Amino acid sequence: MNNVLNHLKLSRRQIMFHSGAIGLASFCHVSLAAAPDDRKFVLVILRGAMDGLAVVAPYGDPAYRAARGRLAFDPPGSGDAALLPMLDGFGLNPRLPFLHELWRKRELAFMHACATPYRDRSHFDGQDVLESGANRVFAANDGWLNRALSARPHQVAERGGIAIAATVPLVLRGAAPSSSWAPSSAPSAAQDTLARLMDLYAGDDLLAPALARAIHNQQTVAESPMAMAAGERANNGVQVRMAEAAARLLVAPQGPAAAVLSFDGWDTHANQGTMQGAMALRLSALDNSLRALQAGLGAHWAKAVVVVATEFGRTVAENGTGGTDHGTGSLALVMGGAVRGARMLGDWPTLARSALYEGRDLAPVNDLRGLLLAVLSEHWGIETERLRREVFPGMEKKLSLPTVLV
Amino acid sequence: MATPATESFTAANRFGLGARPNGLGRLAGDPRGSLMQQIAKPESFQCDAPGLPDRTQIAQALTSFLLAQRERMNSGPSTMSPAEQVAAVGLPLRALNQIAAEEVLARTRQGLQTESDFAERLVYFWSNHFTVAATKATTIPWAGIYEREAIRSKLTGSFGALLIAVAQHPGMLLYLDQAQSIGPNSVVGLRRKTGLNENLAREILELHTLGVRGGYSQTDVSELAKALTGWTVASQRTQRWLSAAQTGDFVFIDDWHEPGARTVLGRRYPEGGEAQAKAILLDLAHHPSTARRVAQQLACHFVADEPPLRAIEQLETAFLGTQGDLPAVHKALLDLPEAWRGDAQKFKSPAEFMTSSLRMLGQSSIEAGALRNSLTLLGQVPFRAPSPAGWPDRASHWAAPDAIMKRLEWSQLLAERLGNRERPEAMLAGSLGPAASAQTLRAVRSAESQAQGLVLALMSPEFQRR
Repeated sequence: MNNVLNHLKLSRRQIMFHSGAIGLASFCHVSLAAAPDDRKFVLVILRGAMDGLAVVAPYGDPAYRAARGRLAFDPPGSGDAALLPMLDGFGLNPRLPFLHELWRKRELAFMHACATPYRDRSHFDGQDVLESGANRVFAANDGWLNRALSARPHQVAERGGIAIAATVPLVLRGAAPSSSWAPSSAPSAAQDTLARLMDLYAGDDLLAPALARAIHNQQTVAESPMAMAAGERANNGVQVRMAEAAARLLVAPQGPAAAVLSFDGWDTHANQGTMQGAMALRLSALDNSLRALQAGLGAHWAKAVVVVATEFGRTVAENGTGGTDHGTGSLALVMGGAVRGARMLGDWPTLARSALYEGRDLAPVNDLRGLLLAVLSEHWGIETERLRREVFPGMEKKLSLPTVLV
Repeated sequence: MATPATESFTAANRFGLGARPNGLGRLAGDPRGSLMQQIAKPESFQCDAPGLPDRTQIAQALTSFLLAQRERMNSGPSTMSPAEQVAAVGLPLRALNQIAAEEVLARTRQGLQTESDFAERLVYFWSNHFTVAATKATTIPWAGIYEREAIRSKLTGSFGALLIAVAQHPGMLLYLDQAQSIGPNSVVGLRRKTGLNENLAREILELHTLGVRGGYSQTDVSELAKALTGWTVASQRTQRWLSAAQTGDFVFIDDWHEPGARTVLGRRYPEGGEAQAKAILLDLAHHPSTARRVAQQLACHFVADEPPLRAIEQLETAFLGTQGDLPAVHKALLDLPEAWRGDAQKFKSPAEFMTSSLRMLGQSSIEAGALRNSLTLLGQVPFRAPSPAGWPDRASHWAAPDAIMKRLEWSQLLAERLGNRERPEAMLAGSLGPAASAQTLRAVRSAESQAQGLVLALMSPEFQRR
């Protein structure tokens, strides 16, 4: 038994030693990292190009009903597909009751008609630009969230970010430590084997840091008292479990400063629907998982910001198969206790035919990066000049930034 | 200079699915020659799986499911209890999943048993290039037969013939929504409010041929989509046009086809019914951007995540010089000096890791439940790629912390069941030969149990790569 414990200690020391960005020096200073910084940031990426017009519907736009056809919702308080009230002319999808609660508590804001600088319609390239923060495809091998973490004080940066996924997405790759965790049904690995494997991986630049972080995450989750309670909610959806895990990891002592959740399935080419259909299912799961995230963050919610974004939008008009095709402008949601909510950020280009991008898509009149930059600057206190230089290079200088937080 | 022993290791691991016991010895005479032999023989690519369903059975199973689903939607909420509703759709859905599970099992067994494992790797490569994922109800039963019919039987011909077989297979037509796309000015399009779906056309250009920076525009996507209208799958819906067609077969319906000439990449294609899109696809198949993209992907898959430019160019030249003759391109791959370097550059994907582990242990089959659990745990279920782009092919995707832990957990499960049969260092030497490092052999030998030794062997840096 003693032997096993010794191995475990050894492996922990090696974690610090092998994980590159952390380094030996920071290991020595760990005990000094006393100033707690609990301003958590969560990014939820909706992969597949989420239809923003189906989430926050501009029912007051004169062209709305004709342009959307069978995909149009009814104004709040009327019809079979009544929206939940937000602002004059804009309503929330009725499958998002939790988000509506946040809206009423002034903890949710949205930016419509926004996009990254990417203007073609490939998911994979669009996600590359969304995650790299650059102004063109394949311009960076690291992600904007990682670079933003790197711009924070050393004690915060070294806590890094966590992806709730089997792999680390581009947005979180880079110099700051990043890590991943996903639910598993298998028994956890024996500590002794882990220690031996850490020895075997010494000198392997790919496997040593990966295993070190995996060990660390496993310990964090298993030691949390919430891990026990989580067992009772076994029939919750995978997405809810992912959100719970994100919250649990974030609030752990010395937990990461940021988390990334990725939800797939937003490429609604067919049967998108309104009250029923592909979109309704996805949105319900999203709403439930955000509810779980808020519950799990507990007191941290008051200082947290959650951004929900997607790679691009979809066509305004319905296609031939009850869905929508790849478009341009979409929607971003910003929520959390730190958010000055119940507001629309940015401009609304209208759905008038002449206003549409290339005659088919919601015009991308708002820069998604401007929103992210504003959030990072206000939330984490990083100078905007530095954000422009290091986190979102190539942005227009004259762009005015919204005020997002309280 | 590579020694014969290193060449055997490379043949078995980089080009194959991992050595089975005594496999390295079998290759030792002529490692390259044994790979070369597989390239031109159609039978090396076949999957022996008697009892797998044919198109008619698949189409019937799918029809039962779709009818049950429609009935449930039309019957309204009150007529059936929730349990009855689940049963009504659940049983036909289970039949679809059963077909998919049989396909996965047959494919895995083939991977464990085959001695033509370079051919098998090529099947996986092309199947991934032309992904059809069983991630929607209509493709659940089709993804397996798609690979058997449209991929396996076409790898001794040309890339163009492969592309057309792929684009005309029900699996692909359903996966990328082509089956329901109707020309707006076609006979049917003018009468009904149904229309064009660009999905297949876009992915053919972006993923199957030119690549996203291959030089096409949104107009080319729309034009190809229009040319493809009428390409669909025979079903009840198509009977009024083609009553004789066998349900589940590819059919062309002229009344759905957008009339008129099309222009793609600046070239005009006169009206020609089904032949119009075929002519476009053949030109796309021979396009220099396609040659470049295929060469890049092959080099990335078999050589390294960032392959040397020279290797890409050599494959590209072989592709262009033979109008995309696949055996010639595959031979060019074996001729790359870079591919025979002794140090393994590629991090195994989860499925490659699972298959090579079981082959090292001499397993020729796996129980269906264990297979399902293994693939789910490791995170790569065959025929369930996350998008039309297929599975990623880079270490940065697969070597994440959690993924490493899952491999370790799976190795422990395997070692608990099979770890006490043979000495793990002997198994490792049999699989990796000279590539097993002294450090790994020492760690395996000094493990506290044979099971732990096997876990360390499977998880060793050498065994995780190919």
